Amino acid sequence: MWGILRQKVGGATCLSPQGVGSHMLRLRPVTSALRNYSSAAKEMTVRDALNSALDEEMAADPNVFVMGEEVGEYQGAYKITKGLLDKYGPERVVDTPITEAGFAGIGVGSAYHGLRPVIEFMTFNFSMQAIDHIINSAAKSNYMSAGQINVPIVFRGPNGPAAGVGAQHSQCYAAWYGSVPGLKVLVPYSSEDARGLLKAAIRDPDPVVFLENELLYGESFPVSAEALDSSFCLPIGKAKIEREGKDITITAFSKMVGYALKAAEILKKEGISAEVINLRSIRPLDRATINVSVRKTNRLLTVEEGFPQHGVGAEICASVVEDSFGYLDAPVERIAGADVPTPYAANLERMAFPQIEDIVRAAKRACYRSGTMVATA
Amino acid sequence: MTLARRSSGFLKPLSTACSSSFLHRRPYSTDDTTTITVETSVPFTGHNCEPPSRSVDTNPKELMTFFTDMALMRRMEIAADSLYKSKLIRGFCHLYDGQEAVSIGMEAAITKKDCIITAYRDHCLFLGRGGTLLESFAELMGRTAGCSNGKGGSMHFYKKEACFYGGHGIVGAQVPLGCGLAFAQKYRKEGHVTFTMYGDGAANQGQLFEALNMAALWDLPAILVCENNHYGMGTAEWRAAKSPAYYKRGDYVPGLKVDGMDAFAVKQACKFAKEHVLKNGPIILEMDTYRYHGHSMSDPGSTYRTRDEISGVRQERDPIERIRKLILAHDLATEKELKDIEKQARKEVDEAIVKAKESPMPDEPELFTNVYRKGFGVESFGADRKELRTTLP
Repeated sequence: MWGILRQKVGGATCLSPQGVGSHMLRLRPVTSALRNYSSAAKEMTVRDALNSALDEEMAADPNVFVMGEEVGEYQGAYKITKGLLDKYGPERVVDTPITEAGFAGIGVGSAYHGLRPVIEFMTFNFSMQAIDHIINSAAKSNYMSAGQINVPIVFRGPNGPAAGVGAQHSQCYAAWYGSVPGLKVLVPYSSEDARGLLKAAIRDPDPVVFLENELLYGESFPVSAEALDSSFCLPIGKAKIEREGKDITITAFSKMVGYALKAAEILKKEGISAEVINLRSIRPLDRATINVSVRKTNRLLTVEEGFPQHGVGAEICASVVEDSFGYLDAPVERIAGADVPTPYAANLERMAFPQIEDIVRAAKRACYRSGTMVATA
Repeated sequence: MTLARRSSGFLKPLSTACSSSFLHRRPYSTDDTTTITVETSVPFTGHNCEPPSRSVDTNPKELMTFFTDMALMRRMEIAADSLYKSKLIRGFCHLYDGQEAVSIGMEAAITKKDCIITAYRDHCLFLGRGGTLLESFAELMGRTAGCSNGKGGSMHFYKKEACFYGGHGIVGAQVPLGCGLAFAQKYRKEGHVTFTMYGDGAANQGQLFEALNMAALWDLPAILVCENNHYGMGTAEWRAAKSPAYYKRGDYVPGLKVDGMDAFAVKQACKFAKEHVLKNGPIILEMDTYRYHGHSMSDPGSTYRTRDEISGVRQERDPIERIRKLILAHDLATEKELKDIEKQARKEVDEAIVKAKESPMPDEPELFTNVYRKGFGVESFGADRKELRTTLP
């Protein structure tokens, strides 16, 4: 079921303002969000960004190999590994049986002995079958062996909800993996993020959990000439200010960055200038950037698709309360997935995940502009 | 146990020279040219393969080395028992005494470029790979001189330069990891093999069959070694496995059943297995062995088996006794000399423990080292993050 590709409608994949639907709008290049890109002429989908990153890293280092279900002959369940089998052969692009615990363990073992595997989970929901290897065999090994055994492995794949895939296929794992010392957890949003962070992850000597998003694969973003260079890498652990603002800080990652940017546009019309931070990295979390921003804006809204309890937003809130309490002018607001397993019915699914209006409403609340509050004399 | 003697004809009776020092050169310690042929205790049983011959070639040096090394391993484990009871070793401590022949026999058949990975009963395997007594005792007591700087503990001994990859606490996890080591060896066309070891308890783990399937599919040079000591913690094999014929559980993967208390049977089987997997993909070796201690130091080991059974195995099948009898039968050393070797082992162990006790516990900043290989200034926190905050190197 998950091998079916999203159909492109009229050459553009669309993201409806209503949120999840069967069509997605191409993101219009919004200058305020993109003024950081230098002489942006070329556009690239996230899918192509990931594919090119894999290709370049495999070309540069013969120890890098890809392993997972359907990565080879099928060209990748989401076509991320398209063309790699033809180019590098079956020894380096390895199709596996449907046995996550087995092949994740084999991947970690091969990393112990010096290879640099990129293990694909068809979605991170299936990583739960292999989670012991990710955490106990990979994350903790360098520590337990006092530095003898490092594990230069990347676990990548789509994370979080897609559209209509139901409860067992929609969970976001950022909070779970983000809590584990010894792991690095990355969450790209744009094509530049995807390229730069995946290349950094593959080159990194530690285990990296690389959480992509299925609905972003088909989206195009401008990419700078610098980002197209084969040596391009983004630093791990540094967030990006996607949009500068002065009234409220909105943190988001992955698909929610796009939603936060749209919300910021709407808020601007109402006189609220929102600063949108694209986290890029859940672990290490760029607390410095977040706190500097909150100290400037004095208000914080965290956005994520995952379950609310013990989520990424909870950690960011705690961090800001600890480090910048005196700067907060309002309680921290959290927008997250609903506290329910994901329903299938389209209307209920829509309620189960943050929508742009949720972000707008919470931002206004933090600015004491919610309208339902009684104005104090 | 029949012994075929095919010596060069004149093994001189060893001199009764006075020195009992272990370091004094005896003829046996260097004689690796005289071939002695030994028969294994029982023939091998094969599954989907032709078992190797029962006749194993050895030499005086190897026989004496087997005895010396196993005596050292035995002594180390017994000393660890005392240390645990005096609370110098904390947490988990899983002892290997009784099973020494598996480590010794295996090492005799392979090189340090072949990989070994095992579960938590790893102290003797670490020694077999070249680890020292000091590193072992210091690690058990949580001191910096330990092989993992005191940060791993009993279940997490590693020696990467000797291709010993631990030391794993999660039952069964080491099997896919071991197949991964073999994957890397094949990927790099090394021509070496991996011995991935597990117990009769782990033999029922699903991930084992997942990994075995892939190893067979991709012809990985992986040798799965089931150290069947007949008890998975407190559960006897017949209560845990519908089919306790673990060497057959690979189905399409060939297997060999081996007397794991006979170091020469183990050596022969490992030699056979190494040649096999480099051509034909994985094989399973079931080592029929026994542990004298309980599962761990918190298990007396006598609630699920009788003391008669334990002492029976010690009488009939002890691996060190087997070698002692062989040495005496071939006149390679006297009883006194063997006793002296055991005394020397005890002395070495005692000295190592003294040194290990002198080693300090890790410095407090060590709490935060090695979280990452490359931490690039990432923040980390102690229990009270306002009190203890640091950046990782």
